[in-house]
Amino acid sequence: MSDRLSHLKRLENESIHIIREVVSECRNPVFLYSIGKDSTVMLHLAMKAFYPSKPPFPLMHIDTTWKFREMITFRDETVKRLGLNLIVHTNEEGRRQNINPFDHGSFYTHTMKTEALKEAMRLHGFDAAFGGARRDEEKSRAKERVFSFRTVNQEWDPKNQRPEFWQNYNGRMHKGESMRVFPLSNWTELDIWHYIMLENLDIVPLYFAAERPAVIRDGSLIVADDERMRFLPGETPEMRLVRFRSLGCYPLTGAVDSDARSLAEIVAEMFVTRTSERGNRLIDRDEKDSMEKKKKEGYF
Amino acid sequence: MSAAMTAATSAAPSATASQETLGALEEFLARQERIGLLRFLTCGSVDDGKSTLIGRLRYDTKLIFDDQLAALERDSVKHGTVGDDIDFALLVDGLEAEREQGITIDVAYRFFTTDKRRFIVADTPGHEQYTRNMATGASNADLAIVLVDARQGVLTQTRRHSFIASLLGIRHVVLAINKIDLVGFSETRFNEIREEYVRSVRDLGFKSLTVIPISARFGDNVISTSERTAWYQGPSLLSHLETIDVDAEASVRPFRMPVQWVNRPNLDFRGYSGTIASGTVTPGDRVTVAASGRSSTVARIVTLDGDLPSASAGSAVTLTLEDQIDISRGDVLAVSGAPVAVTDAFDAQVVWLSEHKLFPGRSYIFKLGTRSVSGSITRIRHRIDVNTFEKTNAETLGVNDVAGVSVSLVAPIAMERFADSRDLGGFIVIDRLTNATVGVGMVETANQAPTNIVWHEMGVDKEARAALKGQRPATLWFTGLSGSGKSTIANILDRKLHALGRHTFILDGDNVRHGLNRDLGFSEADRVENIRRAAEAAKLMVDAGLIVIVSFISPYRADREAARERFEPGEFLEVFIDTSIDECRRRDPKGLYARADQGLIRNFTGVSAPYEAPLAPELQLTTTETAAEELAGRVVEELRRRAIIT
Repeated sequence: MSDRLSHLKRLENESIHIIREVVSECRNPVFLYSIGKDSTVMLHLAMKAFYPSKPPFPLMHIDTTWKFREMITFRDETVKRLGLNLIVHTNEEGRRQNINPFDHGSFYTHTMKTEALKEAMRLHGFDAAFGGARRDEEKSRAKERVFSFRTVNQEWDPKNQRPEFWQNYNGRMHKGESMRVFPLSNWTELDIWHYIMLENLDIVPLYFAAERPAVIRDGSLIVADDERMRFLPGETPEMRLVRFRSLGCYPLTGAVDSDARSLAEIVAEMFVTRTSERGNRLIDRDEKDSMEKKKKEGYF
Repeated sequence: MSAAMTAATSAAPSATASQETLGALEEFLARQERIGLLRFLTCGSVDDGKSTLIGRLRYDTKLIFDDQLAALERDSVKHGTVGDDIDFALLVDGLEAEREQGITIDVAYRFFTTDKRRFIVADTPGHEQYTRNMATGASNADLAIVLVDARQGVLTQTRRHSFIASLLGIRHVVLAINKIDLVGFSETRFNEIREEYVRSVRDLGFKSLTVIPISARFGDNVISTSERTAWYQGPSLLSHLETIDVDAEASVRPFRMPVQWVNRPNLDFRGYSGTIASGTVTPGDRVTVAASGRSSTVARIVTLDGDLPSASAGSAVTLTLEDQIDISRGDVLAVSGAPVAVTDAFDAQVVWLSEHKLFPGRSYIFKLGTRSVSGSITRIRHRIDVNTFEKTNAETLGVNDVAGVSVSLVAPIAMERFADSRDLGGFIVIDRLTNATVGVGMVETANQAPTNIVWHEMGVDKEARAALKGQRPATLWFTGLSGSGKSTIANILDRKLHALGRHTFILDGDNVRHGLNRDLGFSEADRVENIRRAAEAAKLMVDAGLIVIVSFISPYRADREAARERFEPGEFLEVFIDTSIDECRRRDPKGLYARADQGLIRNFTGVSAPYEAPLAPELQLTTTETAAEELAGRVVEELRRRAIIT
């Protein structure tokens, strides 16, 4: 490896290598597309990896039905523009029972994200799923392999991971077992933004500051994205200039006060704002080790 | 939790970016765009302060966010080991079990950046038990920081980790003599440890070794040099990391690219996608496919951003060639005139990673570059004592053992010495049944085939010999417990085939042990060799055109699979003589079970050693329901169905 390639170029090369390796080693991979900035970068890398071919796998979005509307619009436009195949999967049993973020807390995440993902993997017989997680995001992710083995029950065993060497990945598994693969493992939040700037990539407008109807709840700024939003007594939404550092289900995703309307301003803000990006995610905070626990159960 | 939330909202408001800030930012990003990347690992024994050092580096380079700090302060009170101070180690240990036990189990990756370089740090575990995770972290690092506790000095783990770092290709080492504050910043102590370490690693081939006295806890000589060690004239740790040149010279070696994926969007385009392992490629260059020797000229270097005028080591590209030649995943493209070795036999160093022992002769999958191929370690040349680096003899390898071995593959593949190429000289060893990564290896010498044994081309081939006998040659591999009825059925079958005018032979486990295998016992290693010899003998007989009945207990699946691989497809039929252990014990024709039960026979299959039943045998014969005569008849029918006999 040459020090003479810039670090972003090295990261790009490494990610492309990983993506190609999955396609060669796994029988039926799927690209988990979550619409956010990391997915955007990962999708761009997949386009690069196979050009002039199209990526030889479908995209899949696990739709909890509570995503921001702008995310869904962006998703559909992106897929159309790139001419890719998209699978949208929702846990129908959860939808029938009206499992929602207001009444069901962590059970909602478990049902509509973890269980939905496991169900979709089984249903389509996928043996590998690309995810846009980065090691700098969270403590348990810092420990995870690039090719992360999952048992037949799609569980992660953090204490018994396969050793992994150089760029030589072991993608072998038995029927029913699977891999979660993280091509962006070694990217940081700054790398992602820097790369989006350099490659001039479109992102969901929610990342940019705009006047949005928000309430402060448990110390987080929650934006009411549609009429299903439930306000607590005393809560009245007021228009605030806010943006999002990370995107998820709108009732659980905190915004930050910001007037950053361009990529350069977003990056500038990162240097001033000394808060980690998942700090605004209510789902990560419900208990300690919560990400590790969810991952063991099969969450990304 | 409340601290985290306060931070989330209070830090956010009005981060207005002024024109001035944006200007400074552009400058910063322009610089960041050009800076390189250094990957390093921290290693050493437990409690030498690896995690603390990384926490300190990141804290002092201002990359710890406020909310993580708040969470950290809470954790420090709960689990911390340094009183009221922040315990930096807790910042890096990521798993629940790790924080509870206060140890690092698996490698964690951390990131920080300065104006001069981006850093990816692998924080590796110190316990011997987790050596394979340390090796994982070492494999992608350019430099190792080996920590020692100034009070303890050089320990076994210090040597072990230095050795493994060197094996996996690390050429630059920093010996960080930590906790120097606890020995009163003593220069004498520093020199003692330095001399001992330098002596113990002098044969490991490091290109650079820098020794720095530090206190990770208080920051001495971490970011800047400390007045408390005025006698130390060298650089601070960070400034050394920012400036050391670790360029592996991969770009000045000849061009090689393992093909990852054949890119065929339509009939008009055929490209070969891969990551360049070494050298530079330019359109117009002549390249040769290593295994086939076919050559062509590079037409284009295709990327989404347009064609490139050239590409070099580390770049993930797609090449097109002027001519249509047969190339697939696993092939290696090399510049014509500097060919890559292509061989099925090589010597390597391996680190064994599995609790299941390595036995010479057992079949594994070897993945090297983009190629996976079956093979076995034929010989353990020596095991290396990681403490003294002395070479000793060994018949098997256990977890964390390091050894020099000879490897034999079922097909030749392109490779280079690991010293010349990490990508084409490093391989992993995969267990055929569990798919686990059980070993990692580094090619020392690729033995260009043919070496000392010249393959003798026979004028009369196998087909000709078999045709004369009016049959197709085959091996019928009978496996089953002792007393299951293997020999009985084999003898009836042999008689039936003989009566039909077929040319057969029986290799019986007991009989072969009286001659060919009389030097072997019943340990797992000897059982592996026992089966290997039987398979090779059967193979020679098949080459002679015979139908061979091999009647061996052969308890291990991996060994039967290894036997199968020696034959052409369709030549090897696994026949499972399925008799329960209770029934075998009841029959006990030779009185062996009775003796095994009394403890008079060690390693007796089914009693004190395992039997792994076949998962998908070509034939399964259940002896409790059907007579041996009829079962033998079934085998004859199967041979007819497969047109082995007519």
